[in-house]
Amino acid sequence: MDHEPVKGLDAQLIVRRAGGFRLDVRLTVAPGEVVALLGPNGAGKSTALRALAGLLPLSDGHVILDGRVLDRPADRVLVPPDRRPVGVVFQDYLLFPHLTALDNVAFGPRHHGRGTADARSIAAGWLDRVGLAAYARSKPRRLSGGQAQRVALARALAVEPALLLLDEPLSALDARTRLDTRAQLHRHLGEHPGATLLVTHDPLDALVLADRLIIVEDGVVVQEGDAATITAQPRTDYVAQLVGLNLYRGQADGHVITVPGGFTLTAADTVRGDAFVAFPPSALALYPNRPDGSPSNTWPATITGVQQHGDYLRVQLSGPIEAAADITPAAAIRLQLSPGQPVWAALKATETRAYPA
Amino acid sequence: MALLIPAAAGLAFLVLPLAGLLIRTPWRSLPERLAAPGVLAALRLSLFTATLATIVCVLLGVPLAWLLARTEFPGRRLVRALVTVPLVLPPVVGGVALLLVFGRRGLIGQWLDSAFGITLPFTTAGVVVAEAFVAMPFLVIAVEGALRGSDTRYEEAAATLGAGRFAVFRRVTLPLVAPGVAAGAVLCWARALGEFGATITFAGNFPGRTQTMPLAVYLALETDLDAALVLSLMLLTVSVGILAALRDKWITSP
Repeated sequence: MDHEPVKGLDAQLIVRRAGGFRLDVRLTVAPGEVVALLGPNGAGKSTALRALAGLLPLSDGHVILDGRVLDRPADRVLVPPDRRPVGVVFQDYLLFPHLTALDNVAFGPRHHGRGTADARSIAAGWLDRVGLAAYARSKPRRLSGGQAQRVALARALAVEPALLLLDEPLSALDARTRLDTRAQLHRHLGEHPGATLLVTHDPLDALVLADRLIIVEDGVVVQEGDAATITAQPRTDYVAQLVGLNLYRGQADGHVITVPGGFTLTAADTVRGDAFVAFPPSALALYPNRPDGSPSNTWPATITGVQQHGDYLRVQLSGPIEAAADITPAAAIRLQLSPGQPVWAALKATETRAYPA
Repeated sequence: MALLIPAAAGLAFLVLPLAGLLIRTPWRSLPERLAAPGVLAALRLSLFTATLATIVCVLLGVPLAWLLARTEFPGRRLVRALVTVPLVLPPVVGGVALLLVFGRRGLIGQWLDSAFGITLPFTTAGVVVAEAFVAMPFLVIAVEGALRGSDTRYEEAAATLGAGRFAVFRRVTLPLVAPGVAAGAVLCWARALGEFGATITFAGNFPGRTQTMPLAVYLALETDLDAALVLSLMLLTVSVGILAALRDKWITSP
């Protein structure tokens, strides 16, 4: 067979660990594409990243990058990390404390066959690109968190990797630095010609930085798609929580979806069979008494908790379905909210999305 | 009170002999005694052999410590136990063992003699071998501890940047554990400097060739007490100097 080698990353990561954990994730990343691997802690994201970098051998499956097999246990192929065209930005950067920023960045080119002077001039170019030319002679402990992050990025990019891996690249930064650094990272990732895989548990990082999201829970992919699809149509409670939606699964018959327990919701979309229903907490309105008018999508509920959530109060409700509602402080005063209090919930069908499961 | 008395007695027991040494030292004749040719020769030989033995220990001991700290192989625990044997072995027994192996008729000595014409026993090189044998465990244990305490993820980061195993060791691992290696080397050097049993058994006691300071002290004790005191004082000074140099690393309690 004579095929054109597939460019970018093609991986089937299967790792079995003692204790019964099993990672089984299928990943493809095209050159120039940024994919985010998003999931809660312990989902197997870091395991996936380590397997791609060659720091952890696969139990099964394969890692193929630009047509070259890097790991395939079935064929007994395993390329060690130092022979892979892969760059990694580690979670806490791991800049070598005994080397200057310049020598940290020059480390990669130096071990890719460049002479000292050549490697340093490449490194100086990269430090300049991340705006840290003035810090070339600084040791890592003299750098701020945001600067260290940029040096780590420059160090990983200086070897011109075919695959760039980022492990929670912004999680060690404070909120303000984060915003800035995220914007810069976005620009650098846009200029990177190779494939980029970003591992994070922060949905905002994933949504801003990535072209496509892969969501992992308990070692398997639960949802995959672009930011718009995932935020509009979550498929698991974890994703729904990430994007701040109420999510239910049930049987649909046109506009009406019956969830377990027999409760029905009415949506604007038309679906049949196994389906999801999702709506934002802001689509729920709360009343002290049964509201007049539309009988559908109203139900008696009990308040189980109230939290400040930005300019709103997020009210947790129990009843025929568990739900979260966002209401204004003014509405809260009118209702005299307190846990255990019965209320009536009304949902706007126009803001309720239904889609096949 | 029940604890204070034995504690005070213990302290006195440790300090009094040293104080006695200082009190009995013939301070007035110290300069001329220091200038005596035998003393300087012994000191020079001691410093030379202890330094050489330390270099040998670093060259062989650091890779050994790396093997113990960074790799998994069957029998690793046994190897680790074997490395510490010279720590608990009476040095004289070590000297006898060295003679059996490196002696003119020993397992390796025989071959060294016939193939290269090298004889180790009763030579300055023999002193270095005896000192290195006794002192190496100190270095290996110190460096292994430093390696276990250092973050291996730096080594992983270096590997992802294209550095092979040796390059990682040389450019990342070693610089990160340099303080541990330095502390181990100083400890190793101090042990080599004070080495007596294995040296006298394996290398003998020839002035200028194998007679190091501790051996000179022992010999002087039988003929000239004041000379022994002066030599002892010099060794004490060097030991205290090392203690002072290492106080931050080893003496400070956590």
